[in-house]
Amino acid sequence: MRKFVDRTFVVLSLAATVIILAILFVIIGNIAYHGTERLSWEFITAAPESGMTAGGIFPAIYGTVLLVLLMSLAAVPFGVLVAIYFAEYARPESRLYRWTRMAVNNLAGVPSIVFGLFGLGFFVQSIGKAIDRAAYSGRLVYAQPSILWAAMTMAVLTLPVVIITVEETLRAVPRDYREASLALGATKLQTIFRVVLPQAWSGVMTGAILAISRGAGEVAPVLFTGAAYFLPRLPSHPADQFMHLGYHIWVLTTQSTNVEATKPLLYSTVFVLVVLTFLLNITAILIRNRMRKWAVR
Amino acid sequence: MGSPVKITVSGANFFYGSNQALHDVSMEIRPQFVTALIGPSGCGKSTFLRSLNRMNDLIPGARLEGKVELDGENVYSDSMDVIHLRRRVGMIFQKSNPFPMSSYDNVAYGVRVNGLTKKRIELDEVVEKTLRAAALWDEVKDRLHRSAMSLSGGQQQRLCIARALAVEPEVLLMDEPASALDPISTAKIEELIYDLKRTYTIIIVTHNMQQAARVSDETGFFLSGRLVEFNETKKLFTAPRNRETEDYITGRFG
Repeated sequence: MRKFVDRTFVVLSLAATVIILAILFVIIGNIAYHGTERLSWEFITAAPESGMTAGGIFPAIYGTVLLVLLMSLAAVPFGVLVAIYFAEYARPESRLYRWTRMAVNNLAGVPSIVFGLFGLGFFVQSIGKAIDRAAYSGRLVYAQPSILWAAMTMAVLTLPVVIITVEETLRAVPRDYREASLALGATKLQTIFRVVLPQAWSGVMTGAILAISRGAGEVAPVLFTGAAYFLPRLPSHPADQFMHLGYHIWVLTTQSTNVEATKPLLYSTVFVLVVLTFLLNITAILIRNRMRKWAVR
Repeated sequence: MGSPVKITVSGANFFYGSNQALHDVSMEIRPQFVTALIGPSGCGKSTFLRSLNRMNDLIPGARLEGKVELDGENVYSDSMDVIHLRRRVGMIFQKSNPFPMSSYDNVAYGVRVNGLTKKRIELDEVVEKTLRAAALWDEVKDRLHRSAMSLSGGQQQRLCIARALAVEPEVLLMDEPASALDPISTAKIEELIYDLKRTYTIIIVTHNMQQAARVSDETGFFLSGRLVEFNETKKLFTAPRNRETEDYITGRFG
């Protein structure tokens, strides 16, 4: 009897694993099969036409890549600074540390739609309005959804991932190096920037990779903060709106008047989004590996 | 004693939180002497060594009562610049810990962070001079710009010594510098200590009593956080005044 239970359990867990694999294959397979049908050079390089039943999705690709880059530019340096505070300066028993720690942990669990609303209220309506009042004498420039605010909102969303990853790498740098540096008369700041951080670059890049993976696929945070339904031209100013692949997929799915005409486009768009996320990841991983090689040269 | 003194420790009590690691330790360390600190594990000799350049400051809850003076200046006074102190009192660790950079950059590190020179030529000179002083120049001169991690254990430790010498310290603290090395590398380090003595004041913690006897002029024996005996090395090893010292050096305990 015990043996029977034992066997059954093995079969059960194996079956669960196979099912997961199967689901993944069905999704990827389905997307790859239907997604490549309509895929062409034109689809990747042209703008949507005829009420999104023809043409391409270049503005959405451009917007997504730009968004992710801007987001990384904000999230990575900021996250590294917080991680340095956590790993190098904070005393574990201090109140500031306990509160910020709790904040970071909870930030990671907030639903992404809430970040979207936060971005609208905080970045667009508060910061944006303040900038307009101060620099544009009240004219509407920054107090509206834009790629800048969408990137900032996305940065807040991905910040916990960056902080936690970088912090762990910083903590993993052996104490020996810090002691050796301090014993040579280096200041703590010099020690952090010349010895500790250079060894943690791969962690910083891992943080960036995770942030990019998360950021490229999320739609909810950019919904109210900058993504546009359709734009005839590409964003060229931080206060411009932008098209976003994920949002475009949602638009194609729910807002189409001609389902049969949009379906192939929808498939191809999904395929492009998956490939793009994959490519962004690969790029970051290649950069990280290159950095590792430099580090141990 | 009347003779010149480099470091004076008087009535030092050291605590890790509520745990007392040193009890009323007093010692006078003479310039251009090699002073060895021996004793069983956990006797406080490393704590003592690390309190001389305030490396113990890095441990939360660590504190020292009593006085440590370097050239008559109180090391633990508020006006003491710890950064400057550590430049004057260099340290070699038990495990060789070169930075994962080139040998050149390792040696140049202290010079750079202290802003001693910015000129490449001067830096080159310092690197060569200190590598020669650490008896490593001939072995690394052709691969100065390759990673220090590719050096052997003994070479790495000598690189760490060169790195410490580059900031022109007055005192060198060595925390079991040869304990992880093979006999040949150990012999090289010991020879080096002998050479360096002419310029620097050296304090070395060692588990190896033959090593203490070979390299040092004076030896202190620590037991349970107390300095049991401090004397000329020759006297301490041939005619210990204290029973506990005798038991330890003859291998009856420890």
